[in-house]
Amino acid sequence: MKVLMFGWEFPPHISGGLGTACFGLTKALSKLGVDITFIVPKIKGEQKDSPVTLLGADNIVPMTKSEFEKQTEHLEEYIEIGSTLTPYLDFDEYKKTKKSTDGDNNDVTIEFSGNYGQNLMEEVVRYSLVGEKLGKEQSYDVIHCHDWMTFLAGHEAKKASGKPLVVHVHSTEFDRSGNNPNTEIFNLEKFGMEKADLVITVSKRMKDIIVDKYGIAAKKVTVIYNAVEKDDISELGKLREFKKSNNEKIVLFLGRITMQKGPEYFIEAARMVIEKIPNVRFVMAGAGDLAKKMIEKMASMDIIDRFHFTGFLGPNDRERLFSMSDLYIMPSVSEPFGITPLEAIKHNIPVIVSNQSGIAEILEDAIKIDFWNTDKLAQSIIDILSSPHQGHAIIENNKRTLEQIDWKYVAIHVREIYQNYL
Amino acid sequence: MKTAVCFYFQVHQPFRLRKDYDFFSIGKNHNFIDHTSNRQIMEKIAKNCYLPANKVLLEAIKKNPGKINISFSISGTALEQFELYTPEVLESFQELAQTGNVEFLAETWHHSLASVLSENEFVEQVKLHRDKIQKVFGQKPTTFRNTELIYNNRIATIAEQLGFTATLAEGVDKMLGWRSPNFIYTPKDTNIALLLKNYKLSDEIAFRFSNKFWREKPLTAAEYMTYLEKLSSRKVPYIGLFMDYETFGEHHRKEDGILSLLAELMNLLSKNDSMELATPKEVARTRRSMGELDIPEYTSWADRERDLSAWLGNSMQNSTAKLLYSMEKDIKTSKNEELIRDWRRLLTSDHNYYACTKYYGDGAVHNYFSPYNSPHDAFMIYANAINDVKIRLERTQNQTES
Repeated sequence: MKVLMFGWEFPPHISGGLGTACFGLTKALSKLGVDITFIVPKIKGEQKDSPVTLLGADNIVPMTKSEFEKQTEHLEEYIEIGSTLTPYLDFDEYKKTKKSTDGDNNDVTIEFSGNYGQNLMEEVVRYSLVGEKLGKEQSYDVIHCHDWMTFLAGHEAKKASGKPLVVHVHSTEFDRSGNNPNTEIFNLEKFGMEKADLVITVSKRMKDIIVDKYGIAAKKVTVIYNAVEKDDISELGKLREFKKSNNEKIVLFLGRITMQKGPEYFIEAARMVIEKIPNVRFVMAGAGDLAKKMIEKMASMDIIDRFHFTGFLGPNDRERLFSMSDLYIMPSVSEPFGITPLEAIKHNIPVIVSNQSGIAEILEDAIKIDFWNTDKLAQSIIDILSSPHQGHAIIENNKRTLEQIDWKYVAIHVREIYQNYL
Repeated sequence: MKTAVCFYFQVHQPFRLRKDYDFFSIGKNHNFIDHTSNRQIMEKIAKNCYLPANKVLLEAIKKNPGKINISFSISGTALEQFELYTPEVLESFQELAQTGNVEFLAETWHHSLASVLSENEFVEQVKLHRDKIQKVFGQKPTTFRNTELIYNNRIATIAEQLGFTATLAEGVDKMLGWRSPNFIYTPKDTNIALLLKNYKLSDEIAFRFSNKFWREKPLTAAEYMTYLEKLSSRKVPYIGLFMDYETFGEHHRKEDGILSLLAELMNLLSKNDSMELATPKEVARTRRSMGELDIPEYTSWADRERDLSAWLGNSMQNSTAKLLYSMEKDIKTSKNEELIRDWRRLLTSDHNYYACTKYYGDGAVHNYFSPYNSPHDAFMIYANAINDVKIRLERTQNQTES
């Protein structure tokens, strides 16, 4: 079975959970014998033992100038769904710059940054040209797209090849923007889901959003939870040696410091806990656009001897911090799935997650709170830290849940979906 | 009486912290002082400024016997770093001291904000510094200058109690009102002399010397003499020219002629009919006070605000200061010399300055002086180091108890 997949990031170059999820899924699918060609805008870093054939849209699919212009015109016709896209796009301008830099008969190679920067929308449209080309020239059984950046490309590939299109929604604009969606992105998400034969999403809350806010028929949306890589679990034992020697407890927030992740609720709860119990430290690990504001907020509470920021952490320091921690908190305001609590569970740490996260649906034994309820969050932290029994029970139950969570099961489910179309 | 031109040069270097002193280091590695870059910076500034500028001044003093009288304030942390990294710089200052024409002022050993945050620590640091100056330069300071010219009535009163006969302050317009900075005053309820900085003429050298925004060509000694002569022709008793010593060769490049400017100014002033170079001690002894000056609010020489906001202006700066000074009593009770030393090195005001978030205008100056990427990075590292000292203190206390 051959699958053409469109994504925006893939290890080792990842900026968030999307790349990790794509890797876990494709690795498990390839073990089931699914042959995957995975397209990213630009290949960065070295690829070793990749489970997929990874192609960079930037140089693997070069186009001649005339072809490029034809496709640009073709896109201009149907981009009505994104008539609102115009602020980002200026095809004439783009063609002009191309003309001035390229000789008449030279091949034009489309350049991508592969980031989520200012030209993201322009790159998304250019990326879609690659979709048509691939759909036309090669034969696949299914087209599978990950998140809105790739939906236009998937649709182009489907139009060119007539093959079924699966779109995989790892997060929606409502999660990322805090109910203040960017219209262009919303339109692209909606367009992609409407044109798709099937929508996969990562939690029930996400399915509700897709049905309610995007108007997609419920029967077209399948929930498949993400999983976590477990290969390295055996190596965790020795990391425990980093565990601090005194009897202080460490409560951890680890993730991007953005509005979506609810960092201010963690700080609010920390202040209440610090007032009530001694020997507890709070650590906020990660970087993000709210980091400076959060640092200042914490400092204004005069808790700097109990609350620490680490900045962005590499993989080793991340592991190290997990191995030092006694409790993991994910107070996300809106979390489509949320993989980090599973990492915490792998490290034998009890977790508290917000009800506004997809992971809350499968972690039956985790403590769950509403992200805004900092009183309850603070009380739950105190309860777990002061009752080792309770913490231990949560760990044991969570680990049993974790055993059921495996990319293998995810891959089997996804393959079944593919097979329905064969 | 001639107009006294009073140069005071500030020499200070902090013990900067390691940029990689992260969360994981707290309580484990206590090496948060960045000795490598402190040494590199000291060696660089010694080569660009301290050694060549000292040479200029020493030659001028020898060429014009009795005519070149100048003053320095050298922070304790700078003296420590001379001893650690560049002993030849200390020797060249000692040579200047031996001429008898150079006055060394007293300040807080650690260039700290103790005058604002702990009177007890303030007095201790000033005494430590005064003793050190006497030991190193063979003269007991009689003039006090506080960190960054932080000043108010209370600080002047403490200076008097400590036996000083003169103290320095910024000539802040809003405090002076109609008064001129070119006179000697008496701080409220004291009998000591208050010498103010003429910031317009000081900044002409310290900031605007070769600044393209202000002037086409670098300032010349002849041009500067005309500014001074304009004042001396009005018979002002005194002109206070206070600036960082690093102005000469470090902040401004030798290539733009900053060291020649210093040499020529010394030469021209030593031969002038209406002006003479005088040290603060001499000015305080010979010039009459124009009356009492009441400055209840804190003033300083920093930024446009000329208040404490460069060091205690946001929550990051306030929280670190509060935590550090809350540990004072226990740190001292511990009698642990290493702990006291490390704690005091963290009291240096530069660490607070790096966490300043006043971005516009003056922010550029802050960025120039800060080794960190952002005020928030500086704060994180500073907070880690303070927490390391705090954890070590708690361990010492637990050991004593058990």
